[in-house]
Amino acid sequence: MKWKRLVRNKPMMIGGGLIALLFALMATSLFYTPYGPNEMNTEMRLAPPQADYWWGTDNFGRDIFSRIMEGAQTAFLIGFSSVAIGLSFGLAVGALAGYAGGWLDELLMRVIDAKLAFPGILLAIMLVTVFGPGLGNTIVALGVMSIPAFARIARGGFIQYKEFTFVKAAKARGAGPLRIVFLHILPNVSSPLIVTASLRFSGAILAEAGLSYLGLGVQPPDPSWGRMLSEAQPFIANAPWYVLITGAVITAMVLGFNLLGDGIRDLYDNKG
Amino acid sequence: MRFYIRKLAALGSTVLLVSVITFLVFQVLPGDPAEIVLGVDADPHQLAELRKTMGLDRPAAERYWSWVKDAAAGDLGQSLRYHRPVADIVAERLPVTASLAILSLGLTLLIGVPLGVYIARRDGKLPALLLSAFTQLGLAVPSFWLAFILILVFSVTFKWFPTYGYAPWSENPAKALQSLFLPSLALAVPGIAVVIRYLRNTLLDQFRMDYVRTARSKGLRERIVLYRHILRNSLVPVLTIVGLLIADTLGGSIVVENVFALPGLGNLLITSIGTRDLPLLQTMVLYIAVIVVCINFIVDMLYRVIDPRIRLKR
Amino acid sequence: MASALLEIRDMEVAFRIGKKTYPALQQISFKVGEKETVGIVGESGCGKSLTSLSVMGLLPETAEMTKGGMLLEGKPLGPASGEEWSGIRGKRVSMIFQNPMSALNPLMPVGKQIAEMARTHLAISKREAKRLALEMMARVGLSRAERLYDDYPHQLSGGMMQRIMIATALICDPKLLIADEPTTALDVTIQAQILDLLREMNRSLGTAILLISHDLGVIREVCDRVIVMYAGYIVEEAPVADILERPRHPYTTGLLQALPGIGKRGRPLYTIPGRVPSLADRGTGCPFAGRCPSATEQCGAVTPELTETSPGHRVRCHLYASGGRPA
Repeated sequence: MKWKRLVRNKPMMIGGGLIALLFALMATSLFYTPYGPNEMNTEMRLAPPQADYWWGTDNFGRDIFSRIMEGAQTAFLIGFSSVAIGLSFGLAVGALAGYAGGWLDELLMRVIDAKLAFPGILLAIMLVTVFGPGLGNTIVALGVMSIPAFARIARGGFIQYKEFTFVKAAKARGAGPLRIVFLHILPNVSSPLIVTASLRFSGAILAEAGLSYLGLGVQPPDPSWGRMLSEAQPFIANAPWYVLITGAVITAMVLGFNLLGDGIRDLYDNKG
Repeated sequence: MRFYIRKLAALGSTVLLVSVITFLVFQVLPGDPAEIVLGVDADPHQLAELRKTMGLDRPAAERYWSWVKDAAAGDLGQSLRYHRPVADIVAERLPVTASLAILSLGLTLLIGVPLGVYIARRDGKLPALLLSAFTQLGLAVPSFWLAFILILVFSVTFKWFPTYGYAPWSENPAKALQSLFLPSLALAVPGIAVVIRYLRNTLLDQFRMDYVRTARSKGLRERIVLYRHILRNSLVPVLTIVGLLIADTLGGSIVVENVFALPGLGNLLITSIGTRDLPLLQTMVLYIAVIVVCINFIVDMLYRVIDPRIRLKR
Repeated sequence: MASALLEIRDMEVAFRIGKKTYPALQQISFKVGEKETVGIVGESGCGKSLTSLSVMGLLPETAEMTKGGMLLEGKPLGPASGEEWSGIRGKRVSMIFQNPMSALNPLMPVGKQIAEMARTHLAISKREAKRLALEMMARVGLSRAERLYDDYPHQLSGGMMQRIMIATALICDPKLLIADEPTTALDVTIQAQILDLLREMNRSLGTAILLISHDLGVIREVCDRVIVMYAGYIVEEAPVADILERPRHPYTTGLLQALPGIGKRGRPLYTIPGRVPSLADRGTGCPFAGRCPSATEQCGAVTPELTETSPGHRVRCHLYASGGRPA
């Protein structure tokens, strides 16, 4: 019965499928790529997709498929790490606000809301400007961008469940705030947290693409889909596949995590 | 009246908070802002000189206070690179970004609202499937990649629109519109997806409401029930989305302006990162943030106009 | 009951869920005369509201009239007559609903909602519509109508909102007013006021009323005649006074026993054991057989016919099949 519901959950199946595929590409690239990602074949510059080069070559004659595979490593790394940062700090801030209440709650939530004033990747751009571009700083910047979403859920859960008997009982038994958060409150907000994690994952992929396109994100030699797109832009007229394929892969990854998030939400919603 | 005073006070405090965050990020986080401007291995003499011009010898709190005081008086400081008042430079660029945002929001609503209504009215299997495919794609596509595709289709293949460049409205309105159309469309697509999805869900919820049954029982024609009763009730939730959309559009324009080489704020922002023009950057970020805060404030006020129930609540 | 204002003949309404159809109303036949007040009573799920929605052509999308028909003033009702529903609803038949708080559009001033009805069906100017609305508001007992006109629903009490609904429903002088549980969502004291108002409107305007309620007490206050429904069937129909004195159907007897009243104080209130069977659980035989204290084998097998036991009194029960006393 449970399995049937899972199979019927189309967003989940499609999203999960896309991600599994991309994950497989990434995992394979750790051991094997058809060509070296930086291996140039000067005779085959901007070659269209063909038997030898499935997705064609770029302006240096490098195999686009191999480079996409390697770029998947960066994409997954950035997604996972930035979500991990956003999740852990968001939980801490949200739980603190919810637990403390009063002026501290007010202040923290004001700061969290003020983030809305820095739309899109502006906040990440600010941080990267100050700390400099590169893989590590991009991860931190995108992680910071995700904190508010998680903080709000954690705080909401805290406020919602604070008054429940089982939480009060735990408090009365002398359980510390950390114990209460982890054992009593987190399990109750786990579903929105998982959904948000999935959506923030795709948000991070999109933001990284934008940042790297602007030259503010991942720097060479680290591979990046966003930078590949900016490298492809000048050749949009004579090698459109370069732009199309690279963007389609980014879209597929974002789509995958968005659908996965929606699917998980459906799953939890239908349960209740 | 008391309500408006409280709302204005909240607006003021948010603006203040935003300015503190901006200042912290650009002036305190880096340790030595002068080093950001000149690079880590800069000449110590030059560094000392710059620290003086930027007033870095004073404590941070004092610097913040004078920045806010000057900004309130209209003095937003000097650009390090252009040696001109920041306010003048921003004023030159703002119209481009503003036109882009307005045009893209217009497209979003013009396309998104009728489609949302259409889909909600004939909620069949195929339209619903197409809709969810479109909205999911619209939300997943990086807007600058979409911009590439639009360039590829409309500029490279059909040659209907220029690929790059911009003509000011005052010089050539037709050309200005032409140069802004593709970027606006690229920016609008995610918004369209959001509006369709949200409006459809809201409308479907509203269709089931008791007051709709009443309106039908009054013998009103279906069209009037939809436009006079249902649509207006759906406006309030949709308005929330519009507020967020404007902010998203401003954020997205940073990247899209660079794709189309439009001389707007986003373009200036990236250029000044390259030239490490810290005062200009700091002010520009504050500018964008304050605009977003003000827009949210206006949306909040609009609720009250539309929904009498909120009007009464304090 | 000289001329029938509304006549329903052997109507059947069914829900279509997937490929299956579930009949929700069966063999519904009754009449409402000019200026008459008729009540429909039964527990929730018996099909009272569905009956009233059929008359308005407001059946939910999944439901459909599969048999029979309706006549209004002797002519087929709705699209069957080539007339559009929008010309009937509000103009010839009006309806008020259970929850006035949600039945009014929250974003439109209440006065405008009344005037909208007048503007829709009567060829009058905006100003004229407003004048008419104000007049109507005064008639339904809303004092200071001028001031209330521009108020929004949330500024009014439940009772006031129901008065607004009644004013809206009656402004075009319809022949029939359907009131679906009009007092259920209101305080007890307000309930009595609204019922008084309905009766008074019936007298002064001559509007026939079809009152739907789960509460026989409410129906007793307003109606001349009552129809008892159970699980999609009419099980008994009689003048109110008659049914209160001599209930025939065991279900009606149960409903009467469940009615709180003088002389019953201090004793626990009677409830009919069991529940109304859901749409999917309805089989052959008497629909009430499963809960009936006097059910026999026959009751489980054959659906009884609605038979007249005395003038104006009809019962659907095997106990009275021969038209006489219970066996």
